Amino acid sequence: MEFSELIRTGQAQAELLRGPEAPPLRGTLCVTGHHLLLSPGPQATPDLWLLLLRSVDSIEKRVAGDCGTITLRCKDLRVLQLDIEGVEATLNIARSIEGLRLGDAWHFHPPERYYKRVARETNAWRLSEANEDFSLCPSYPRAVIVPRAVNDDALALTARFRQGGRFPVLSYHHAPSRTVLLRSSQPLIGPQKRRCAEDEALLRAVLAGSRPGARGFIVDTRSAQTAKQARMTGGGTEAKAAYPGWKRLHRPLERGRPLQESFVHLVEACGDLEQSMDHWLSRLAGCRWLAHVKEALSTACLAAQGMEREGACILVHGAEGTDSTLVVTSLAQLILDPSSRTMAGFQELVEREWIQAGHPFQLRCAHSAFSHARPKHEAPTFLLFLDCVWQLGRQFPLSLEFGEGMLLALFDHAYASPFGTFLCNSEQERCLCEVRTRTHSLWSGLNQLKEQRKLRNPLYVPNPLALWPSVEPQSLRLWQGLFLRWTRPPEPSEAAWEKVWQIVTDQEKTEGSQPTVSASELQL
Amino acid sequence: MEHIRTTKVEQVKLLDRFSSSNKALTGTLYLTATHLLFIDFHQKETWILHHHIASVEKLALTTSGCPLVIQCKNFRTVHFIVPRERDCHDIYNSLLQLSKQAKYEDLYAFSYNPKQNDSERLRGWQLIDLAEEYQRMGVPNSNWQLSDANRDYKICETYPKELYVPRIASKPIIVGSSKFRSKGRFPVLSYYHQSKEAAICRCSQPLSGFSARCLEDEHLLQAISKANPANHYMYVVDTRPRLNAMANRAAGKGYENEDNYSNIRFQFVGIENIHVMRSSLQRLLEVSGSRGLSVGDLYSGLQSSGWLRHVQAVLGAAVVLAKAVTTESASVLVHCSDGWDRTSQVCSLGSLLLDPYYRTVRGFMVLIEKDWISFGHKFSERCGHLDGDPKEVSPVFTQFLECVWHLTEQFPQAFEFNEAFLLQIHEHIHSCQFGNFIGNCQKEREELKLKEKTYSLWPFLLEDRVKYLNPLYQPQAQEFAVLEPNTVSFNFKFWRNMYHQFDRTLHPRQSVFNIIANMNEQNKQLENDIKDLESQIKQCKNKQADGVLTKELLNSVRPESPTLKTSLCFKEQTLLPGNDALRTIDSSNPADNRYSEYAEEFSKPDPAVVSLEYGVARMTC
Repeated sequence: MEFSELIRTGQAQAELLRGPEAPPLRGTLCVTGHHLLLSPGPQATPDLWLLLLRSVDSIEKRVAGDCGTITLRCKDLRVLQLDIEGVEATLNIARSIEGLRLGDAWHFHPPERYYKRVARETNAWRLSEANEDFSLCPSYPRAVIVPRAVNDDALALTARFRQGGRFPVLSYHHAPSRTVLLRSSQPLIGPQKRRCAEDEALLRAVLAGSRPGARGFIVDTRSAQTAKQARMTGGGTEAKAAYPGWKRLHRPLERGRPLQESFVHLVEACGDLEQSMDHWLSRLAGCRWLAHVKEALSTACLAAQGMEREGACILVHGAEGTDSTLVVTSLAQLILDPSSRTMAGFQELVEREWIQAGHPFQLRCAHSAFSHARPKHEAPTFLLFLDCVWQLGRQFPLSLEFGEGMLLALFDHAYASPFGTFLCNSEQERCLCEVRTRTHSLWSGLNQLKEQRKLRNPLYVPNPLALWPSVEPQSLRLWQGLFLRWTRPPEPSEAAWEKVWQIVTDQEKTEGSQPTVSASELQL
Repeated sequence: MEHIRTTKVEQVKLLDRFSSSNKALTGTLYLTATHLLFIDFHQKETWILHHHIASVEKLALTTSGCPLVIQCKNFRTVHFIVPRERDCHDIYNSLLQLSKQAKYEDLYAFSYNPKQNDSERLRGWQLIDLAEEYQRMGVPNSNWQLSDANRDYKICETYPKELYVPRIASKPIIVGSSKFRSKGRFPVLSYYHQSKEAAICRCSQPLSGFSARCLEDEHLLQAISKANPANHYMYVVDTRPRLNAMANRAAGKGYENEDNYSNIRFQFVGIENIHVMRSSLQRLLEVSGSRGLSVGDLYSGLQSSGWLRHVQAVLGAAVVLAKAVTTESASVLVHCSDGWDRTSQVCSLGSLLLDPYYRTVRGFMVLIEKDWISFGHKFSERCGHLDGDPKEVSPVFTQFLECVWHLTEQFPQAFEFNEAFLLQIHEHIHSCQFGNFIGNCQKEREELKLKEKTYSLWPFLLEDRVKYLNPLYQPQAQEFAVLEPNTVSFNFKFWRNMYHQFDRTLHPRQSVFNIIANMNEQNKQLENDIKDLESQIKQCKNKQADGVLTKELLNSVRPESPTLKTSLCFKEQTLLPGNDALRTIDSSNPADNRYSEYAEEFSKPDPAVVSLEYGVARMTC
């Protein structure tokens, strides 16, 4: 319920006047995220009166004695009057409607809400404000979630032991197996093999707070070789002896310039309409994009499998912990967590695991595939994530509430957007630039009703199970909808999609016509 | 029967084809007269028809038993481990015998009995009537007529009896032309486009050598071009690569010399021959079937096999045909060497692009009957129905189906049938369960008395029609009247659902098609319910107008409304099993997916964790 914070009073007794002709309706008034409901008592007609909050054009409240009146003027020119019992209730409902009608989207997906829930559910984690002024870690948000057993002073020391201050924080709590997914950056072991007692204590506390006897896995997104070499520049990876209970796995994922080059080569290949089949296939193989997709997906599956099947806690990091790490943690959540596959849940996931988690969008998405400038910090990490999600959606076409349109929109907006959501590289920068007050949120744009047909998957059926995709090369496809969006005629597939929508809405319509038939029966 | 020595072997293991950790199912193997059957300990049955077996291989003995690898023509690959070598040897020998029959009469179709009586069987065979089809196209007409020249297969053994030729082409011309064409396959009508008055004709290569001419043949071609009042120019499309056609000249065959024929435009479209296609597909299957395949391996294998390039060439040729007919109203004559492989592919695909009828379930059957079966595509040789020359085997028809699949992918709303239909047809060209694809030409089929001794596939497919329908089909859409596919390279993809149709772990876990098809059905049913109810309401209203209506009548309407309720419930009930079936594959076992050898890595440090084998059934809800 992303709107729940805006709802001050959920329910009140009220009478609805719908104009001089219609009889008044009495019943319980409810405010939900999108609608105003009036449910009459059991004795009257079973019909529910519904009003979409977005259709409210203006709202007016008056209080007299111990009851109040709210007048709603709607965009379709209707005027409705609600008489509500209780002054407090009236004011609260009016304020709720006001807030929801405008949809203050900057409050849509604060990660704190998720963290608070985890802290409440597990009792082993707490929300820390140690990073309130971004002094511990400039790329983390103000609120982070850490083991309850670790105090803020220890956090400060741990932060000094991790590159960019990115100490291990919770990314996802898998309630059924009572295990957690963590992310961080590499430890600053250095050539002298430094250690940090607080860092070790933190990871120990993670295991202690999980189910008894839980083990941990550290998924390093670099090869063992690279991780070892990183010691020369002050980085490195966790030493086995220092972290009992934790086992390290290396799953090298491509990042940085090679990933950008892969993207550039793929887009080049996709732009050539005249090439022979052999040339096309060899370029497709040569750019290695799908190989990167396969690696990213299987590493995410590994992490998810470790949590769900092995009951292990997983810590994911590479070097900075702002790129491949996020691909893995966010995909693992999509695989395991049904709620992250809904429209709202996915937006929350992107907000929490990418934007708030400090993926440097400004640097990574400064140029796309056509720029002649030498890439410095550009890398299509976020696109790689979106591609993996698309592959997941292809293999489980009914299990994601959002469709390809949503992924395309996110891609477009990450690279250029009239909204402020993807601006800057971290929460700190966004605060400095006053992004929230000076721009609009993408989520408010995407959640407008007229956008829904483009973004939603009409066939969505909630699927409570984990989605284990096949990562065999035969099962992975080039994302034509993105890479060939402008080079192939979209008409036939768009028309087919339109037809799917039509069938689905027809179904809703025919199923919905039962009341109209009974209504005409009543008129007899 | 005499080939079967062992009918049942217990404790046989069925290995997962792609698993790196040799995951296996244990069960019992049965050998029947027609099938090899494996029942695993979940009681799941795997049936393999003997005729589907392409090769059986016995590998070197291992500690767990004797491995037996069976490759099937429908691209199923099974890997058994039989505990005792003697059993393995017996089964191996039996399968070698059973999978290769020497005589047509030993094929499954001659013993298959679906419990139909003779009149039903006959009606099944009469379901597709080609005379009716030519009538639908608009022939005979003032320019085209039915010729009885081949009545007793005298002129051409591999053609059907009924052939349509230009009205002005006399019998001597036909006979003369047939003598100048390889295997006597002279130019005849394959498809007539009524509104453009243009024809697609087919034949085999001329016996022109370096300089030979044949006046009758030249006359016949001229007659074809004259039969088209809209455009006197006619295209002659040689589907072979230029080099192959030139090489044929040395053997006294070759291609038309443009100087000898008036009003023709000659062109090559460069489709490779059956031998190239056979090894190309073989290479493709080797690559896609290998364990631990990387993305790079797959795509470079796709490239080196050349398979998609060949598919592109075939479809490209069909586009040339369709363009000539639609934009220039020109007639086209198509040939290759013998005119029964590439010619069948190109003519049938060309017609498919031009005529929406062939994109319906029934129309597609007609198309296969016309351009493939009746015009003598050598199904028995190409599919290796009998123990014969392995050099004659080639996936020409499979390639045609793949071209059609690519069209369905590009035009998801233009086809009445779905992928399952194509797969089912492919299954049966090899199964020899029905008579349609047995034999190499109509003459041979008549001699085998197939219509009396076997059954036709088509009525059985029509019976299951619902399974093969495309829920997105838009029959009336104008933009799909003529399909203009884009043959740019990236529109061609590996057809996983064909070449890995039995490797379930590679497939999407949920089917959009099923869901939409279900919804479509429901919608229709509900709409009917609404109509019923509305008409009942109307009746009641009328009665009310007559002043008869009282409360009782109104009540009599009310009880009707439960019909809708029950039908809704009914709908839900009928739907649920379907949903359940889907559910079971909604999510799969991570162990199935081989994310790598991680499973072992996970269990290494802690020996307490032994089993990662979670049954899929346990995960279903």
